[in-house]
Amino acid sequence: MSVKVYIPTPFRKITGNRTFVDADGIDVNGVLRDLDQRFPGFGEMVFDGEQELLEHVNVYVNNHEITSLEGPETKVADGDEMAVIPAIAGGAVGAAMTPEMVERYSRHLIMDQVGPLGQRKLIDGKILAVGAGGLGSPVLVYLAAAGIGTIGIADFDVVDRSNLQRQIIHGTSDIGRMKVDSAKDRILDMNPNINVITHTSPLTSDNAMEIIPEYDVIINGADNFATRYLVNDAAFLAEKILVDGSIFLFEGQVTTFFPGEGCYRCLYPSPPPPGMVPSCSEAGVLGVLPGTVGAIQATEAIKVLLEQGEPLKNRLLLYDALAMDFRTVKIRRDPACPLCGDAPSVTELIDYEEFCGSPFHEN
Amino acid sequence: MAVEVRVPSMLQKFTDGEKKVQVESGNVGELLTTLETSYPGIGHQLLEDGELRRFVNIYLNDEDIRFLDGMETSLSDGDVLAILPALAGGA
Repeated sequence: MSVKVYIPTPFRKITGNRTFVDADGIDVNGVLRDLDQRFPGFGEMVFDGEQELLEHVNVYVNNHEITSLEGPETKVADGDEMAVIPAIAGGAVGAAMTPEMVERYSRHLIMDQVGPLGQRKLIDGKILAVGAGGLGSPVLVYLAAAGIGTIGIADFDVVDRSNLQRQIIHGTSDIGRMKVDSAKDRILDMNPNINVITHTSPLTSDNAMEIIPEYDVIINGADNFATRYLVNDAAFLAEKILVDGSIFLFEGQVTTFFPGEGCYRCLYPSPPPPGMVPSCSEAGVLGVLPGTVGAIQATEAIKVLLEQGEPLKNRLLLYDALAMDFRTVKIRRDPACPLCGDAPSVTELIDYEEFCGSPFHEN
Repeated sequence: MAVEVRVPSMLQKFTDGEKKVQVESGNVGELLTTLETSYPGIGHQLLEDGELRRFVNIYLNDEDIRFLDGMETSLSDGDVLAILPALAGGA
């Protein structure tokens, strides 16, 4: 019986870089031995000294893992597809990628900067998006597509028709639904491998330290200053990396805060008095603007998980959509910062509605 | 010293919609005073009791003036001064 066998990246050095190879056998065991004949060294990658299949190697026939069939004795027929998938290095944490995941993430897996190890980091990653609105929409879609294993969504709002000009994770049929539910459906439709955790209560000083410590990276897409300062403080206290983004009319600001190396309070020590700075709902926002800014935030979070490249650490990226101009300015930790400075006065979460003189909704 | 001031969209209503204005000034503090003379109303958005409001940052080229000499930071011909208020919007 001739079958087609999918060879994952780590084994391709043995198969002359071929992704699919043909092999013969009456059962899985026979096909694997034939592969060893055709590609010397292959056997050592999949069998132990007793010629038993190594425990960290999963074999699939037509997308079914063979332990759910008849193990190595599983019969194969002409035209069947097999896949031999090892747990990825460092992957003692998680299970091996399924053939579905290997195919889904193939453009990542062939990149030197991601590869199987990087993809495993993404799969093991936990990211919280604060807000499933303008910024949260592209953030969540790209995190889901990239295979971030655990994605949290914090939003207490429902989808409104006026959101759909920019909030691309929601659709017309979602109007009136909780944004977290609508976003979760879209994420799982895009990538069913994601563990989606929804937080429907407004983030407050009472619950933030229960939620934020559960994640590796926090992405701030809040629409008000109270939440922005709350998330900043909680991320610092929980020692989490925070990717902050904000938008207004046709301008955006993005930066990535690493705990102890500067925070939102270092950048803006206190919020404007209520009413002084108009909100997007008062002044408007170009619909595509959060697409650009949110995609940059997602890029930052993914780079942080991959430990690749240069994040926007101590840099504030300024985007002007009208001028189509990107610039960065330097930002730094303020030794006088009440949160992360040398003599901090904010050592636990405070009353942010009082601090900002405005409530936890768009102001 | 002729300095280019970049005005954020939030404050362009004071500058007749202009996003870049030229101002002659020797240091940042004087510049802000001159700016208010030319564009009445903008000063209140930036200053409170003569101090820069805490949700507004001013960058000389790419450096925050708080880490230079603050309002006394001196200016040279061709400098670019960017005014950056905090933005809350995310939705």
